Amino acid sequence: MNPHLILRVVSKLLIPMIVVFGFYVQFHGDYGPGGGFQAGVIIAVSVILYALIFGIEEAQKAVPPNVARIGAATGVLIYAGVGVATLFLPFAGEAVNFLDYDALHPDQGHHSGQHYGILLIELGVLTTVASVMLAIFYAFAGRVPDIPDEEW
Amino acid sequence: MDFLVNLLPSGLAHHAPALVIVIPLVAAAVAALMPNGRLGWIVAMVTASLVAFFSLVVLGLVLSDGLISYHMGGWEPPYGIELRVDALNAVVLALVGVMGLLCVIFALPSVGDEIEEGKQALFYSAFLVALAGLLGVTITGDAFNVFVFLEISSISTYTIIAMGAGKDRRALTASYNYLILGTIGATFFVIGVGFLYMATGSLNMADIGQILQEQGYNRVTQAAFAFIVVGLGLKAAMFPLHVWLPNAYAFAPNFVTAFLASTATKVAFYALIRFLFSVFHPDVAFVELSFTWVFAAVGVIAMMVASSQAIFQTDARRLLAYSSVAQVGYMMLGLGMGTAAGLSAGILHLINHAIMKGALFMALGAFALHFGVRQIRDLNGLGRTMPASAGAFTIAGLSLVGVPLTIGFTSKWYLITAALERGWWWAVAALIISSLMALAYVARMLSAIWMESPPEHHGAKPAARHAFYMVLVPMGILAFANLYFFFHADVLVGLAEAAANAVTGGH
Repeated sequence: MNPHLILRVVSKLLIPMIVVFGFYVQFHGDYGPGGGFQAGVIIAVSVILYALIFGIEEAQKAVPPNVARIGAATGVLIYAGVGVATLFLPFAGEAVNFLDYDALHPDQGHHSGQHYGILLIELGVLTTVASVMLAIFYAFAGRVPDIPDEEW
Repeated sequence: MDFLVNLLPSGLAHHAPALVIVIPLVAAAVAALMPNGRLGWIVAMVTASLVAFFSLVVLGLVLSDGLISYHMGGWEPPYGIELRVDALNAVVLALVGVMGLLCVIFALPSVGDEIEEGKQALFYSAFLVALAGLLGVTITGDAFNVFVFLEISSISTYTIIAMGAGKDRRALTASYNYLILGTIGATFFVIGVGFLYMATGSLNMADIGQILQEQGYNRVTQAAFAFIVVGLGLKAAMFPLHVWLPNAYAFAPNFVTAFLASTATKVAFYALIRFLFSVFHPDVAFVELSFTWVFAAVGVIAMMVASSQAIFQTDARRLLAYSSVAQVGYMMLGLGMGTAAGLSAGILHLINHAIMKGALFMALGAFALHFGVRQIRDLNGLGRTMPASAGAFTIAGLSLVGVPLTIGFTSKWYLITAALERGWWWAVAALIISSLMALAYVARMLSAIWMESPPEHHGAKPAARHAFYMVLVPMGILAFANLYFFFHADVLVGLAEAAANAVTGGH
């Protein structure tokens, strides 16, 4: 009989919900407390919980360390990419400054450009924060030998 | 520099201030994805070339059209973040850009030798983040933004210093030491900015300066001043706050030492000037008092104490590191005179010091690459075994002393003239004594290089070695600049004067 049966069953139930909650925090960031940073931490927590319960090898099989490294860089590229895109999307015929989201969408009445801009930026933040949290966890957890079951 | 501006499509030149920071930040992410060190270096090289190009474009624009103000995201200052470039930061920006490029050329052989293959791409990534941070501190017009960029550059600097652990494990403690002190410095700085925000309700530096002028100064702003001076002084290795520097320079990879010595402390010193002259006003009583009794006094003590410490070092890079602390003293003295002439002499020395220390550390890097040189006694006979690098080292070393025909003489000349204008005879005496001490420590290294014979290995003399072209070219450019700008002094002196006039208004 597996000694961690309850932990495993409960965490299997919880992990998908944690991820969904992470996305809720991400997309609700426009209207209330939340945003990319918090959402990134929450999503990283779901993987960290998985690693705590099922072991670091299992977690690294699910999310390899290289994915964390690539994700960290990709997030920055998404963020900066939005800024660079605004440089090349002239708004009302005129070039605008770096990170001026108005260039992203022509509808000015509803400030749609600002809306899309911040969503994309937060997506970049989410990707980088989740990946870096995970990379830090892997770096620390990878250094010590696993605790044998007898010492729980 | 108008021809550089003309190379760009008209729309892009307008965005040059933003691109200077954005390009290295994006490239850092790209470099982190590169599978090996060579590709990482190519990314760093392309980036550094673009950065050098755009920083010269910015300098050209400022010199021809005056102040540039770039509103990030289209938000008007003081509410949004403003990139604000006048002659002072345009000069420092161009210095960082050009020195960054020269150091990256030198990086390929040096980093290939010192950092393990699997970590090189990430090393270049961290370097590019540090570069972006330094450029950001220089270009931004927002006080809190200065803090953010300062931290970006510092945190990545701690990492790249610690990478020296492959050759010498003491790099780890040196980096940790710098981490603790650097964090304290950043904390002091941000506390000071917080006080300023409390007193004025603004974070835009030009705006804070104006509000302070209108509403006057009180205890809160005085406390802010003290916190900011200590915080930035720590980053700039101002004398009693320099203890992190010698070990960090001595144990970091050679490329990192060359890069940091010619950019990092310079940028912090620039930030100090910006706060003293643009945010606080040099005519205010407590600021004026600090010029004489803090900056000039500390500068003179640094020149004396750090120079005499340098004389007794055994590690070649540690010796030059102590010399750097002494040179920061020269800049502090120039700043402390509180006159436009003094400040421009200080800025001139800042530029010249970057050029000479860059060449010196690159030459030491070349020696380390071929003979594993770290100690001064390892320098024996290098004049015979590596004549070209030893020649560059000698020119830059003589420039450090201030021998005529080198730029070191030019900046000391201007410092002495400015001191005499102010009637500070003791400062002139200090400058001369400190230069003699510089002669003592440079002579120790030069005599080892040229007078001693190379060590014999099983009875055989080591064969002469040719340094890599990737090392020789940037080192040669810097050594040549040490001579060239003595004969064409008006170029750098003109830049330094424009920079000083931008903040003092010419008096």
